[in-house]
Amino acid sequence: MTDTTVKISDAAIRRRMLREFWFYFSQNRGAVIGLVVFVLLVLTAIFASLIAPHDPTQQYRDALLVPPIWQDGGRAGFLLGTDAVGRDMLSRLIHGAQYSLFIGIVVVAIALTGGIIIGLVAGFFGGWVDTVIMRVMDVVLAFPSLLLALVLVAVLGPGLTNAMIAIAIVYQPHFARLTRAAVMGEKAREYVTAAKVAGAGNLRLMFKTILPNCLAPLIVQATLSFSSAVLDSAALGFLGMGAQPPASEWGTMLAEAREFILRAWWVVTFPGLAILVSVLAINLMGDGLRDALDPKLKRS
Amino acid sequence: MFRFILKKLLYLVPTMIGITLVAFGFIRLLPGDPVLLMAGERGVSPERYAQIAAQLGYDKPVWQQYVHYLGNLLQGDLGNSLVTKKPVLDEFLALFPATVELALVAIIIATVIGVPVGVVAAIKRGSWFDQISMTGALVGFSMPIFWWGLLLIILFSGVLGWTPVSGRISLMYFFPQVTGFMLIDSLLSGDEGAFASAVSHLILPSVVLATIPLAVIARQTRSAMLEVMGEDYVRTARAKGLSPRRVIAVHALRNAMIPVITTIGLQVGVLMAGAILTETIFSWPGIGKWMIDSISRRDYPVVQSGLLLIAAIVMIVNLIVDLTYGLINPRIRHK
Amino acid sequence: MSFFSTRMLAASAFALMAAAPLHAKTFVYCSEGSPEGFDAAPYTSGTTFDASGHAVYNRLVQFKPGTTEIEPALAESWDVSEDGLEYTFHLRQGVKFHSNDKFTPSRDFSADDVIFTFERQASADHPWHEYIPGVTYEYYSSMEMDKLIKSIEKVDDHTVKFTLNQPEAPFLANVAMPFVSIVSKEYADALEAAGTREDLNNAPIGTGPFRFVAYQKDAVIRYQKNADYWGEAPKIDDLVFAITPDASVRLQKLKAGECHLMPYPAPADLEDIRADPNLKLDEQPGLNVGYLAYNTTVAPFDNPQVRKALNMAMDKQALIDAVYQGNAEIAKNPIPPTMWSYNDAVEDDKFDPEAAKAMLEEAGVSDLSMEIWAMPVQRPYMPNARRAAELIQSDFAKIGVKVEIVSYEWGEYLKKSMEEGRKGAVILGWTGDNGDPDNFLTVLLSCAAAAPGGANRAFWCNEEFSDLLAKAKAASDHDERVKLYEEAQVIFKEQAPWATLAHSTQYVPMAKNVTGFVQSPLGDYAFDTVDLAE
Repeated sequence: MTDTTVKISDAAIRRRMLREFWFYFSQNRGAVIGLVVFVLLVLTAIFASLIAPHDPTQQYRDALLVPPIWQDGGRAGFLLGTDAVGRDMLSRLIHGAQYSLFIGIVVVAIALTGGIIIGLVAGFFGGWVDTVIMRVMDVVLAFPSLLLALVLVAVLGPGLTNAMIAIAIVYQPHFARLTRAAVMGEKAREYVTAAKVAGAGNLRLMFKTILPNCLAPLIVQATLSFSSAVLDSAALGFLGMGAQPPASEWGTMLAEAREFILRAWWVVTFPGLAILVSVLAINLMGDGLRDALDPKLKRS
Repeated sequence: MFRFILKKLLYLVPTMIGITLVAFGFIRLLPGDPVLLMAGERGVSPERYAQIAAQLGYDKPVWQQYVHYLGNLLQGDLGNSLVTKKPVLDEFLALFPATVELALVAIIIATVIGVPVGVVAAIKRGSWFDQISMTGALVGFSMPIFWWGLLLIILFSGVLGWTPVSGRISLMYFFPQVTGFMLIDSLLSGDEGAFASAVSHLILPSVVLATIPLAVIARQTRSAMLEVMGEDYVRTARAKGLSPRRVIAVHALRNAMIPVITTIGLQVGVLMAGAILTETIFSWPGIGKWMIDSISRRDYPVVQSGLLLIAAIVMIVNLIVDLTYGLINPRIRHK
Repeated sequence: MSFFSTRMLAASAFALMAAAPLHAKTFVYCSEGSPEGFDAAPYTSGTTFDASGHAVYNRLVQFKPGTTEIEPALAESWDVSEDGLEYTFHLRQGVKFHSNDKFTPSRDFSADDVIFTFERQASADHPWHEYIPGVTYEYYSSMEMDKLIKSIEKVDDHTVKFTLNQPEAPFLANVAMPFVSIVSKEYADALEAAGTREDLNNAPIGTGPFRFVAYQKDAVIRYQKNADYWGEAPKIDDLVFAITPDASVRLQKLKAGECHLMPYPAPADLEDIRADPNLKLDEQPGLNVGYLAYNTTVAPFDNPQVRKALNMAMDKQALIDAVYQGNAEIAKNPIPPTMWSYNDAVEDDKFDPEAAKAMLEEAGVSDLSMEIWAMPVQRPYMPNARRAAELIQSDFAKIGVKVEIVSYEWGEYLKKSMEEGRKGAVILGWTGDNGDPDNFLTVLLSCAAAAPGGANRAFWCNEEFSDLLAKAKAASDHDERVKLYEEAQVIFKEQAPWATLAHSTQYVPMAKNVTGFVQSPLGDYAFDTVDLAE
């Protein structure tokens, strides 16, 4: 019976928290702009095949490297011009949004899940388990992330899936460390002791009792990782180790376009701009999230 | 203090061993075969293949290779490159100054601009300066630097012709490499134009490499300042009637610098990752590009020892940061 | 540590250079990569050969500039015995090796140097065989010099006799190749005494047109004119290689006047180069071929008719336009048109999707789906294999053949593409080593090359074809060889183990005032003849 009362008040608390959160979030103009751009990006990705004027892989062989429409030689059908094999830039950019969002989501999901589990285990059990796990995390963190991701991709073979796995592995220690620190902090608190006394099992303690209370820093880290994942996967693509052509991943498009840097500015400029805008939007959102979730910064 | 340092150093040992394992293990997992890569389109006969593999020690079980590698490592032998056949350490030392020079100049640019911008932004919180500089910082933080580099090349080298396209100094100048740092060596050479030439070559790559650290430092400085300015002692100082400038200079700034210094130190890893991209774009002869090339050529000894050296450097710098932190903030030491 | 010794070397080299006249003519070459080392023998890349073999060294014989014809170099003349087994080289006298601050030669070039050059590669017991840990002599063994040469004898100080195991017409062309660049035995002895053997690779001493001065890794190589050169002295005083791996950056530097000449421009930039009034563009058909090799041991590709049908479905012109930006010519033979014995009478399969479709049906093939392998790297013969594969994919789709494009890491690609029973057709190519047709046909298409370790990626073994090649190799009469190779090309076309795609054109952009540069069909970059007009 007590269960139900707890639940109701839980929901009420949650609603109030959400309201409060939205209040702070919406006060940050940048964050709202970021959110709008991000939502647009998501919509673009979802409805890519409806919005895109052309098939992103269709090669118009009579229209190689056509400049954007406002420039001399531009053609009506190709708003942002075409690339070296006559594919419509705009359509490729639109479809590229799918890759970036997909990469961000998958990387964060893998890194977050892995990191949380590892961090919970380390923080909860402590002792040698903690020591070993944290030493391993130290090893991973000792390498510059892009370098380690590069080596990992080289091991797994170049490609989108492997690039995502590699980036997730490289990011995961950050989540593990955060979770562990939060767990260590929370473990001694009264409510945990109370739950323990009430006979809650280890798993229940870890996931149901402690975890929800350390979510805030994790959410902030997750947004940060989302934008870094988009950047790093583009960098891998640029170095030829990420998504492989003809995929319209933005970094890969840049890599293919590099040889045209002097001749066709549009094939170089637009993909990079797309990366910048989406990363910026996510970071703006991340800032807003942090401000809204972190009470200390909120006050100052 | 000494014990503190010793403890920290000992702490690094298991991590170093882990790093050798990772470096060695990953490399053995790499698909593709250096012997075949050397043979190229032509192919290599099975007998010849076995012969070369034996010569390189690749016919032995992996654990034996690892033990052998560790043994050599302890004697300071990092192996020889499969491609150039030269000692890895020699190659590293030949290229390292170029990367250090680039990274140092980048971090100096980032600090010299980032810290004042962050301080001013914090003091004038909410002003147009704060808004513009923090928006700029966020753009910098979100920048795909490989694209940024290309744009700068198009603009400054291509359209305007102000900066050279790549390299470390004009080929006109030829002087002994005393320190390996082009800026210093060019001054030592006594040649008038040499220093200017070195600077003009360094400016674009270092600006590109500085972009992200600059953004991070500016943001971190601002929030550290804000935090400190909200602390009681600053308020007290202000209440006591000290001039705002003095309060900021003496109290706020000094305390805000503690997390900022840590942030600057932690940029080493970021710089190393950035160096890979920057060096690739600007054909900068440093270790970032060297690593990329070696990975694609399956130059096992270079990749594994290169990883090791880079990780060691990152760790040592982090240790130094830790120690400085301990010095400035004695509370940490006794924890 | 040798790190310091190279530093010191650079320092003293600087002193030497500072003494040079002020109006020295300096020629800057924006090279495409770093040399692996300066001893040409252990390495295989053209980049290394340009920086070592062609600048610093000479060989017994050499290719006449701009051709693949053999002319005398360090050997003034040579005799071949009646049975084709004995080659006696008469060495040039009074040829001086270079000197540097640590070494000054006390004697001229002699037979000892020739023997040292060959034997250190040939014999595993030779004290200089593995003078740096891990050194191997890939070219020496892959050109099968170890199997070919029975013995080398010093007849006198200026005469050397090579005895072969079997007559082999391409032998002379082999000894013109950079991997047998003549090194100084006296220098090796001096290094041995000083305990700095690795300097043979770091600070080369040769007889070539340029003297090595200094190398700054991945950045710059500096040379100075060899004033005592036995041949016509170079017209420039200083030669500088500015290492610039990125093609668009190279072009930027060329345009900015930071260098005078560059190799391998990006196809996309050629138009721009032609339009630039300060540049000129030298072009020449390359000695290469890009191809698509079917696996002729797997059904239905074991049927020549199927292979021919697929070849006919390919729009090669479109491929050349999109992949090579038009800077190549359609290939119909496995050897390029600049090579002697090229059979121009052979007719290419006509592009005709309708007929191709009919032919496939006739062969009883329907619903065919196949893999096409696209190599992950750029090569002069194939600037973008992925793009080529995509084009072929869409061409094949038009005759109802489904194509899946696959790719592997380069080393894997080379290995997997030689695995027996491989599925799919492989895009690959070849650039000639020495201008002999044997270097294309036997290496890529003979029965022997279809075995593991070979390079016959069609696994195509045609007895008649292979016999012709063997005969041509042993024949000493040039005209007879031409005829045999021409015949072989006819068989190749009938059987169609490959789709021959393209012979790419080699372009060398340079500043307007560069004179005397002669393009090599072999893709070498040598600067002994260049000059800068005032």
